[in-house]
Amino acid sequence: MATLHTRASARLMMAPSVILLFVWMVVPLAMTLYFSFLSYNLLTPGAHNFIGFLNYSYFLTDPAFLMAIGNTLLLVIGVLLITVIGGILLALVLDQPFWGQGIVRLLVIAPFFVMPTVSALVWKNMLMNPVYGLFAWIARGLGITPIDWLADVPLFSITLIVAWQWLPFATLILLTALQSLDGEQKEAAEMDGAGAVSRFIYIVLPHLSRAITVVILIQTIFLLSIFAEILVTTNGGPGIQSTNLTYLVYAQALLQFDVGGASAGGIIAVILANIVGIFLIRLIGKNLDR
Amino acid sequence: MARAINTRSKITFTIVGWLCGLLLFFPILWTFLTSFKTEGDAIANPPYFLFFHWTLENYIEVQARSDYLHHFLNSVTISVGSTVIGLIIAVPAAWAMAFSPTKHTKDVLMWMLSTKMMPAVGALIPIYLIFRDWGLLDSRIGLTAIVMLINLPIIVWMLYTYFREIPGEILEAARMDGASLAKEIIYVLTPMAVPGIASTLLLNIILAWNEAFWTLNLSTSKAAPLTTFIASYSSPEGLFWAKLSAASTLAIAPILIMGWFSQKQLVRGLTFGAVK
Amino acid sequence: MGSISLRNVRKSFGTTDVIPGIDLDIEDGEFVVFVGPSGCGKSTLLRLIAGLEDTTGGRILIDGKDVSDAPPAKRGLAMVFQSYALYPHMSVYKNIAFPLKMDSQAKDVIDKKVREAARVLNLTDYLERRPGQLSGGQRQRVAIGRAIVRQPGAFLFDEPLSNLDAALRGTMRIEISELHQHLKTTMVYVTHDQIEAMTMADKIVVLNAGRIEQVGSPLDLYRTPANLFVAGFIGSPRMNMIEGAEAGKMQAKTIGFRPEHIRLSQTDGAWSGTVGVAEHLGSDTLLHIDSDEFGPITARADGDFVVKSGQRVFMTPDKARMHRFDEKGLAIR
Repeated sequence: MATLHTRASARLMMAPSVILLFVWMVVPLAMTLYFSFLSYNLLTPGAHNFIGFLNYSYFLTDPAFLMAIGNTLLLVIGVLLITVIGGILLALVLDQPFWGQGIVRLLVIAPFFVMPTVSALVWKNMLMNPVYGLFAWIARGLGITPIDWLADVPLFSITLIVAWQWLPFATLILLTALQSLDGEQKEAAEMDGAGAVSRFIYIVLPHLSRAITVVILIQTIFLLSIFAEILVTTNGGPGIQSTNLTYLVYAQALLQFDVGGASAGGIIAVILANIVGIFLIRLIGKNLDR
Repeated sequence: MARAINTRSKITFTIVGWLCGLLLFFPILWTFLTSFKTEGDAIANPPYFLFFHWTLENYIEVQARSDYLHHFLNSVTISVGSTVIGLIIAVPAAWAMAFSPTKHTKDVLMWMLSTKMMPAVGALIPIYLIFRDWGLLDSRIGLTAIVMLINLPIIVWMLYTYFREIPGEILEAARMDGASLAKEIIYVLTPMAVPGIASTLLLNIILAWNEAFWTLNLSTSKAAPLTTFIASYSSPEGLFWAKLSAASTLAIAPILIMGWFSQKQLVRGLTFGAVK
Repeated sequence: MGSISLRNVRKSFGTTDVIPGIDLDIEDGEFVVFVGPSGCGKSTLLRLIAGLEDTTGGRILIDGKDVSDAPPAKRGLAMVFQSYALYPHMSVYKNIAFPLKMDSQAKDVIDKKVREAARVLNLTDYLERRPGQLSGGQRQRVAIGRAIVRQPGAFLFDEPLSNLDAALRGTMRIEISELHQHLKTTMVYVTHDQIEAMTMADKIVVLNAGRIEQVGSPLDLYRTPANLFVAGFIGSPRMNMIEGAEAGKMQAKTIGFRPEHIRLSQTDGAWSGTVGVAEHLGSDTLLHIDSDEFGPITARADGDFVVKSGQRVFMTPDKARMHRFDEKGLAIR
């Protein structure tokens, strides 16, 4: 193919994408980094003084920061646990032949296509409302006092909502991986005397390990920046009980107008995300060499 | 014996499968049903499941009161616009990388992917300030540009994985058959690339439609797409569940249908080809 | 109309020389087979002739004209690819018509040529189907059809039968040979299968590590291999090679006997051994013998020669058909 396109024309074709993405990546990041060293509040116009790492030390020692980090991790880990375990189970069910399989598949993946604000509002009002919500009605039917989900267990409630949105994604990817498993391999294991459980542990699970890794890494990237669900349901509250890092930075910047402090938070979020990102890049990069 | 067990397991899995499916789908179904209730029926206790007074009033109300159509069109403009512009920019790049790869192609692809790793909050503040200074806040152009940029790596990657599957021998055959570069592109490459481009288009419209970080932060009313519009229902002044449900149903229905059509592409698109 | 000449053609990828320099003449109307183990450069050589790869050095002449720098389309050649490379979005008819359409021929001319090719290749009933709906053999025929409608100066085949099952390979071999007899056009055919080479070729070119080991008719190569490599590569089962004292007696480093040139007996003979595995093919029997003197030997016996594993047998080589090779592996004549 070397004769079809010269290198120069290939570079020319790639230039717009590369330049745009480069600018998109570098300019905001550089500005955020710059702001993070300034005393810069939108409410106090005038000189923005260079204050070194003061924003960072302020942000890092703020109890809200530690709380937000903890919430971010809890949210990510909680959703990952539910979606990966639930996804494997659901994928195993959907992989079996049964009547109406195609329709059930469509039902299962549907939540993924619901926009975050809609799913957050539907869950907040119609399911989790302590008086009129369906969960409250079920609780009363079982003779339990209904709880005010978003006030009493805000982070857990948000975890449930987000898990509902991402369970289809995990299921779909794990199902795809499951279906690529060679049937003869399972039959060979059966001939070797492996029961259903050991077939799952020794054949199916290792085959899925790659897909599970992909699910965990990709979801982590998105889950680290969960925003709309928190904004719509709890506004980070009560207090800061459901504030994650993304929401904290948002609140610092657009509610308290502290550009410097928020920028320092943004940089910290970038660093955290990159630690995850490095693993993902490596994994997908390996796949390219195939 | 084997047959009996098969039928029995099929019945079991039919029940289990449908239970799981309906459970996961229930919130959507419930929204759909509630959208046809009166506001009174919507918060009734015990709740009405099917036997209530069906009405279309909410749909009419949503449009009349809050100009639903305006926000719907904003969503269409932003999602379709950003995807089409993204494709125009990405097709040549993906093409070059798939058909005339160099030593650095892989690095460039990896780097593009790495831009996806950057959390949005890292860029929120400067982008907000730039938008404010340039008068782009709450403008469709600004939102379209941002959504295009955040999806551009995915678009390049999806196209690349599709283009790479076009076998090189077919292009060689076309050259042996006397096709010039232009004819090779018109008669052989384009028809083979169209399915890949179409599914990239579909998936990215879905992603753009549901994008809810930048749209929430950068739009309020004039350019607000459905994500922002729906979020405005979160204010606690009264319970308008039926109307909320009607608006939600309208907001998710088109994309849900598109999503169902593109479910196969979804996996490879969102995993950057790592799972097929 | 279709003679091809290579003059010191060289090809290197980066620093590795795939083809260090080849000279070869292919006469008009000849059926030439490039054969050799995988990685020997035979496909690369074909792609150089096709123009799909640029030569690093040397000249390629077609009908005496230097085409070294001409694009593939201008060389007047047609190629059948290993994967067939059919256009998946076009019907069989459109696939076959494609080169004619690229040549801007009139619609009715195209139609006539496509239908004629389809008739010759038994594809008339499948013209409206897509390649995906065809069997492997039918796809193969569409690929050939696409090649013949152009009436090229020469056909190039790149391992065209390797994706077919054994039975189909047999029939397609005959079909391609018949096509050659019918068209009388030059054909250059690449394969790693020496049976294809022996049965189809007018002239076989044995390649190894980018070099030509020997050029000749199938029987030439079988009867008088120029060196150890050709002796070992052509003929199935492989020629038995014996080194050491027995070879020294014949003033050679290595001597070789084909399995069919060893006379077997249950009573007496020059060498003796124990039968390991006996493969009864019906018409004849292949014996894998552990000889007392030289280790494993393969011998071809008559189908009536009944022996079992573990039995003792005696072997007498046909000295008139013995091959002798010197230290460099070259045949001593």
